[in-house]
Amino acid sequence: MNTLEVHDLSINYLTNEGIALNAVDGLTFSLEQGRSLGLVGESGCGKTTVMLSLMRLLPEAGRIVDGQILFNGRDLLQISERDMQSVRWKDISMVFQGAMNALNPVRTVESQIVEVLQLHNIIDSTRDARKRAGELLELVGIPAKRGSQYPHQFSGGMKQRAMIAMALACNPQVLIADEPTTALDVMIQAQIIELLEKMQRLLGLSLVLVTHDLGVVAEMCDDVLVMYGGTVAEYASSDVIFNNPQHPYTQRLLKAFPDIAEPGSDLASIPGNPPRLDNLPPGCRFEPRCHVGKGEPICLKQLPPLVEIEPGHHVACHLVKGV
Amino acid sequence: MEKQPILQIEDLYKQFPVTRTFVDRVKRSPKQVVHALDGISFSVAQGEILALVGESGSGKTTVGMNVLGLQVPTKGYILFDGYNMADWAMGKLKSRKNGDELSRLSKRKQILALRRRAQMVFQDPYESLNPRQTIWEIVVEPLEIHDLGLSADEKEARVRAALEDCGLAPADHFWNRYPDELSGGQRQRVVIAGALVLEPELLVADEPVSMLDVSIRADILTLLQSLRKTRNITILYTTHDLATAGYFTDRMAVMYLGRVVEIGPTAEVLKEPRHPYTQALVSVAPVPNPRKKRKRMILQGEVPNPIDVPSGCRFHPRCPIATDECKITDPPYVKITSKHKVACLKTLSVD
Repeated sequence: MNTLEVHDLSINYLTNEGIALNAVDGLTFSLEQGRSLGLVGESGCGKTTVMLSLMRLLPEAGRIVDGQILFNGRDLLQISERDMQSVRWKDISMVFQGAMNALNPVRTVESQIVEVLQLHNIIDSTRDARKRAGELLELVGIPAKRGSQYPHQFSGGMKQRAMIAMALACNPQVLIADEPTTALDVMIQAQIIELLEKMQRLLGLSLVLVTHDLGVVAEMCDDVLVMYGGTVAEYASSDVIFNNPQHPYTQRLLKAFPDIAEPGSDLASIPGNPPRLDNLPPGCRFEPRCHVGKGEPICLKQLPPLVEIEPGHHVACHLVKGV
Repeated sequence: MEKQPILQIEDLYKQFPVTRTFVDRVKRSPKQVVHALDGISFSVAQGEILALVGESGSGKTTVGMNVLGLQVPTKGYILFDGYNMADWAMGKLKSRKNGDELSRLSKRKQILALRRRAQMVFQDPYESLNPRQTIWEIVVEPLEIHDLGLSADEKEARVRAALEDCGLAPADHFWNRYPDELSGGQRQRVVIAGALVLEPELLVADEPVSMLDVSIRADILTLLQSLRKTRNITILYTTHDLATAGYFTDRMAVMYLGRVVEIGPTAEVLKEPRHPYTQALVSVAPVPNPRKKRKRMILQGEVPNPIDVPSGCRFHPRCPIATDECKITDPPYVKITSKHKVACLKTLSVD
């Protein structure tokens, strides 16, 4: 069974004037136990909104208007906030973007992990909780005795490790990592990737990785979901996405990303900008920037449905024919 | 024939004193210095694009600052078109050649003359543009400061050329707008246009794409590359991202803890890195293809503290192939090919 299944998820943001802006439309994906899914797309494509909705942590203006989020078969959108609190962090936890600034600067790292353990009633006694916090730090490669230090005494990479330790404190099944390697140095980035892979293997975690770095996705993820303007453009295994992409957007995105194995190869940016939520194109959201379908009558008129063109390979494009 | 180097860096050292606290002074603990640059030499030819790569703390930004004369080297010197950069940037140029006009100029005029020829592109286009100035005001400002005696028409032509060379065409469509009306990529183009309007020969670009979205990075890199053709400009590109450097630079200098550990033609360095540090950096750069997975050579720990630089080869504590000799001997450069140099004792034995 799939640990996490999302069906037809749609999310709106309400403006101060009460106008609903559609940020995510008809998002569908599933995640098996122990597998990893990469969620990629440009800034503003709705990646972070999707993440937050999985934890039901959307800001006040955000409304989930349609769809289901099934965790082990239970619809998280139907349960009470109280029940959700027992899912959050215990079943699904998250490593937030900008982990550098996510730790409380005036408390020791250990006490912040102890707080998580006690708040979620994992361990009540402070002494045991501190012992467990030490174990968690060792697990992510930080000597336990450094837990008594403050975040400013940690380097960037160590702060990120501490954030991962905290996310793992309640033995979650699903770990959501929002841009976990952005803003880190190359070598530290590699260390964090290795750590996440190790944790996944060791603890059987399912991982949702949100990033705009296609390289990191290729290294880590089994499946990839490419988002554009709040919709799924293409969803398939990582091998298919990188070697047989069908959606024009995926193709252009890969062309825009430099490959260190091929120095000097041609790169091309995608002309134009991602659509604004208050001014979405009436048809396919990628149509204005598309090199294949720009001006095509059907692309101008209709939002393309997500079609499975071969087993496990989903594409939302009017001009891609099924195999 | 070899092109004339426009920039020569000779044995450059830059140290920053560590602020001593009251307690340090009472305890009479020794003065400490940060060795930001520890003996760097290389030259850059006219019209060349050189990448300076390394992790944070490797000193790549300090090189850029010294090259532009924004910092004064502790030891060694930088020659820009034959003039000592540190003196020039302070308007203290003494006559080197007889009848040299530049050294006869006043202090302020010397500095302005330098800034006309060497400019900088900053990292974050969201921070480096004044939100209350229009694009016109931002780009024309250098021309006003330098007071080149241009007529209004000439100024307009310069601003137009700078904006349009940077892909903001037609220019009059953009110049009445404010920065917040532009996207991140467009802002970075404005920053570059502002640097170009004085028609400089040297551009130092410090991580110019790291804040931009992946889908528009390629455009900015292509733009920098095209400037070499249209304006014969020399570019020093500072980055921690080997992949973007591989895309458009001619040569690459890999820095570690204030030293250049490997320098050579970009494609050669990336395809056949010789220094173990470069090999590690190349091996961990994510490749956007799951079929091309490589064995990652992950270095443990972080770049050591530049106050207390390791003995011998400064890379030895993290080096997978270091021997006892590496702890004692500071490695000299070994020539791999005429343009490819490596500072590693083990490189010889590899051959």
